[in-house]
Amino acid sequence: MTEERHDVVLTVNGTAHPVRVPGRRLLSDALRHDLGLTGTHVGCEHGVCGACTVLVDGRPVRSCLMFAVSAQDSEITTVEGLTGSDGSLGPVQQAFLECHGLQCGFCTPGFLTTITAGLRDNPSPTHEEARDMVAGNLCRCTGYQNIVKAVERAAELARDGAPRVHPADPPEPESGQLAYEERDDDNASTGLGG
Amino acid sequence: MKPAPFAYRRPGSLADAVAALAGDAGAKVLAGGQSLVPLLSMRLAAPSMLVDINAIPGLDTITADDIGVTVGALARHADVLASDDVRRVQPLVPMALSRVAHATIRNRGTTVGSLVHADAAAEMPVVLTLLGGSLEVVGPSGSRTVPAHELYVGPLECCLHHDEIAVSAFFPALAPGAGVAFDEIARRHGDYALVGAAALVDGDSVKVGYLSVADVPTVVDLSGVPDDRLGDVALEHLDPADDVHATADYRAQLVRVLTARVVRSAREGTR
Repeated sequence: MTEERHDVVLTVNGTAHPVRVPGRRLLSDALRHDLGLTGTHVGCEHGVCGACTVLVDGRPVRSCLMFAVSAQDSEITTVEGLTGSDGSLGPVQQAFLECHGLQCGFCTPGFLTTITAGLRDNPSPTHEEARDMVAGNLCRCTGYQNIVKAVERAAELARDGAPRVHPADPPEPESGQLAYEERDDDNASTGLGG
Repeated sequence: MKPAPFAYRRPGSLADAVAALAGDAGAKVLAGGQSLVPLLSMRLAAPSMLVDINAIPGLDTITADDIGVTVGALARHADVLASDDVRRVQPLVPMALSRVAHATIRNRGTTVGSLVHADAAAEMPVVLTLLGGSLEVVGPSGSRTVPAHELYVGPLECCLHHDEIAVSAFFPALAPGAGVAFDEIARRHGDYALVGAAALVDGDSVKVGYLSVADVPTVVDLSGVPDDRLGDVALEHLDPADDVHATADYRAQLVRVLTARVVRSAREGTR
């Protein structure tokens, strides 16, 4: 038996993508496999971990808990849509960079989308509100201290309209901080240099 | 895992949705999908057809007046929770909604969907039952109103027929002089509660509804019970069970603690 497929148009980051998918295609899989937008990560695939969070009509939603066919009338924003048109980082991305809000980065796309919407609704969160904003997302390596700091830093950046940093042009390390080029190359990625 | 194959229909009207359901005994309604999609992905459920009601206009309404709050089938938890009118008319609804999963789940999940999913560990079925609310249901032969006390017949089972769609839920308004409260204990923020309790106090009448300590949402009338006996009397009507998350004894202790807590809080909050 050939499985029935449906022709739908997914609007992702402002671009319309016609796709032909079975009804059971999860939105997360459609984004990654049909559209090649692999920034959206799939962790638990049952709505617990938050890694696959995208914005559906501006609101954070688990893309693993939606079928692609159900998303046909919605505007979807993935982590790829958070950067400026020139590739510059959005304020939440820049804050994660500055605050060391990520290590392995697997959970990061879900945090970035969730916080982007959270700060739009509440541009000046208290510390407790910043914690609550990320309560539905799991991180297994960075820990939440720096992620909460990044929420608060992103709020500052968004408020101040601070100049954005291009990812190819990272900020100068602060004095006292080990510069990348001083690290032993073999261990640089683990941070265990020396 | 991925869901098993199913036929997908996205009707533009309620009549078409009911017709699609009536034509396939294995069909299920898809609204927010926040409970259904995990069941499909884990292959705990494999319906032959999903009837997606998200394209049907007019089902996302939220209205509140002196009589009560009416929530349409496509009203998302987040929108009901954010409504000042709902909060004013029946504060127990937002009290409980704030404990439903995480904000991201509430953005997509629907309150009516949670009610018909009929999970005895969920917040909103208990709230509807405690308040004496009802569901408006549409099927091939027209619409009917199902009172909450008839709705829940077993674990994850409500009395709707397979070709019926719940189109709205009605939560009665909080009466002048009455008070409500909600509390629950969960292992982690946003998890299913080990035990949850909702109280409705109106003069001498004291009623408490419980989640996660019986097969169906259970309301116990505690009117006239001395304060130091509230939890023990409630436990005569409940059936706390052992599982990997908590022992039955611990759940019973949580019933005692939460019952005293919500009854006190509801009295303090009376209008």
